[in-house]
Amino acid sequence: MRLQIENLSFSYGSIDAVEDICLKVKKGEFIGLIGPNGSGKSTVLKNLYRALKPDKGSVMLDNENLFAMSHKEAALKLGVVGQENEVPFEFKVEEIVAMGRSPHKKLFDIDTAEDKRIVHHALEHLGMENMAKRSYQNLSGGEKQRVIIARVIAQETDFLILDEPTNHLDISYQLQIFDFVKRLGVTVLSAIHDLNMAALYCDRIYVLKNGKIVLSGTPEEVLTPENIYSVYGVRCDVTIHPITGKVAITFLPAGMGI
Amino acid sequence: MKIINAQKEDLKQETSNIGGIISILIVVSLISILICIGLGPVTVTPGNVVKILINLIPGFDGVIPHTWEQLDQNIVLGLRLPRVCLGFVVGASLAVIGVTMQALVRNHLADPFILGVSSGAAAVATLGMLFGVFAFLGKYYLSISAFIGSAITIIFVYVISQVRGRINITQLLLSGVAISMIMDGVTRIITLSAPNALGLHNATFWMSGSLAGAKWGYLTLPLVVLLICMAVLMVNYRGLNLLLLGDESAGALGINVAKLQKLLILVASLMTGVTVAVSGTIGFVGLMVPHFTRLIVGGDHRKVLPISALLGGILVIWVDVAARMLIAPEEMPVGILTAIIGGPLFIWLLKRNTKEKAGR
Repeated sequence: MRLQIENLSFSYGSIDAVEDICLKVKKGEFIGLIGPNGSGKSTVLKNLYRALKPDKGSVMLDNENLFAMSHKEAALKLGVVGQENEVPFEFKVEEIVAMGRSPHKKLFDIDTAEDKRIVHHALEHLGMENMAKRSYQNLSGGEKQRVIIARVIAQETDFLILDEPTNHLDISYQLQIFDFVKRLGVTVLSAIHDLNMAALYCDRIYVLKNGKIVLSGTPEEVLTPENIYSVYGVRCDVTIHPITGKVAITFLPAGMGI
Repeated sequence: MKIINAQKEDLKQETSNIGGIISILIVVSLISILICIGLGPVTVTPGNVVKILINLIPGFDGVIPHTWEQLDQNIVLGLRLPRVCLGFVVGASLAVIGVTMQALVRNHLADPFILGVSSGAAAVATLGMLFGVFAFLGKYYLSISAFIGSAITIIFVYVISQVRGRINITQLLLSGVAISMIMDGVTRIITLSAPNALGLHNATFWMSGSLAGAKWGYLTLPLVVLLICMAVLMVNYRGLNLLLLGDESAGALGINVAKLQKLLILVASLMTGVTVAVSGTIGFVGLMVPHFTRLIVGGDHRKVLPISALLGGILVIWVDVAARMLIAPEEMPVGILTAIIGGPLFIWLLKRNTKEKAGR
């Protein structure tokens, strides 16, 4: 068991954001966290990477209490791709990626040739090696997101937390980024907006609604027309796609279907 | 293998590049110091300045023929040298404070003057000076009271400009303006009700910034504080870089954000305190210098910190030359000149900032 969350609750002031979250991630799994807007997906993840402090509950990472670890120890085990990727200052692409090396650095360490190699390798992995000297600020949204993925690769953790990593991206980038992550072969917990993407890449799915986990299981078990209607309030048709062999969801506009 | 070698080359080249820029700037600084010492209402040639300085070195006494006038020596050693050295230290400190505060609030418009921190330091320092409130603190009472003032203001500005856990830039700038007006008001009230006539002159000094009246005794504390703070910041350069990514990303990359931010608040207020105590409020240096530094070397704090410090020193000693030459024999406060140069730049940056926001 890599990650085990038990009874995690968090509230913004008096409003409960998430309540009694229990979630398990096994080694090598790709776990999706889905749910409507405002259901608490990001809040759960932020509690894991300590941008928020849970009111109660425990999180064990590799049988160690996550909240007892220092920020640095946690950063050596957990890589995070969050939703904020704007940097209001001038940095080169390679400098941003090199920041992924910082948890490996002691106070007086400088960047070595080995770090350079890792950074270069990470950029290569995403086909961005010729952009290394470009200014990060001037990249497009999709390119920025790829740089952030390269940074998390340079961080060399074997557990990734992704918070809607393909939000606002073109479909080609969406597939590309999930393919990259899948190819890394690491354990992943990702909030995903698009249900078809979740069906394509996830081994198991947790469904959040109003801050509570209401369903969990394989995509086939979770993504049924009845479940989707009860969580999202939309009608759809679900088939197993002949090429992918995965669940494919077609949403039905009002007036069509049953 | 080839790639690895190329990367090693790359690394070497990059390191030597920064080293090169820093060495050039150190040379420029030394030359600037020598020239600036000579410039003023009474001009001493750089050649004579060098001779007078060499004459000071133990063992060299009398080696160089005594060709300069005693008056020149008095001006150089008694007035100009301490003033230029102090100017350099103040300039370097202001630039480094700017860099620190910009990392803290994650915005390149931050500056101790704009955010009212200098005014806060000046207000409490005036209080200490005129009424002897902090006399029990001994020799450094002025610096310590200025430090208390800057620490209070910086925390205040930082707290009120947060909207839902994030620094809101409009809130930040407006609260900075409001606080600096309040603090300048406080400084005036204190000086107007001052028990001695000295007060009025000093209030002007605090509010417009000046290096006139520099003494050797003023130099030690700002220099020591600058060196210590610079060392602390350089050790934490990775943390400073990561803070620019945002609190959440910095935390996820292993930085204890709350702790680092507290450290930055401490460093910035300490440096502002000791700087304001010796030079009053000299504005916009912390805004201009880091900005130009980033244009040259990018955002990496390992480069930005030392280069900003040197450029800040160079800028302030030259502006101070202008301050004592422009309306000689009268003195112009150096802070007024930096405001005239820096203000337009600030407006330009602000314009650009909003344009970028609108473009997204």
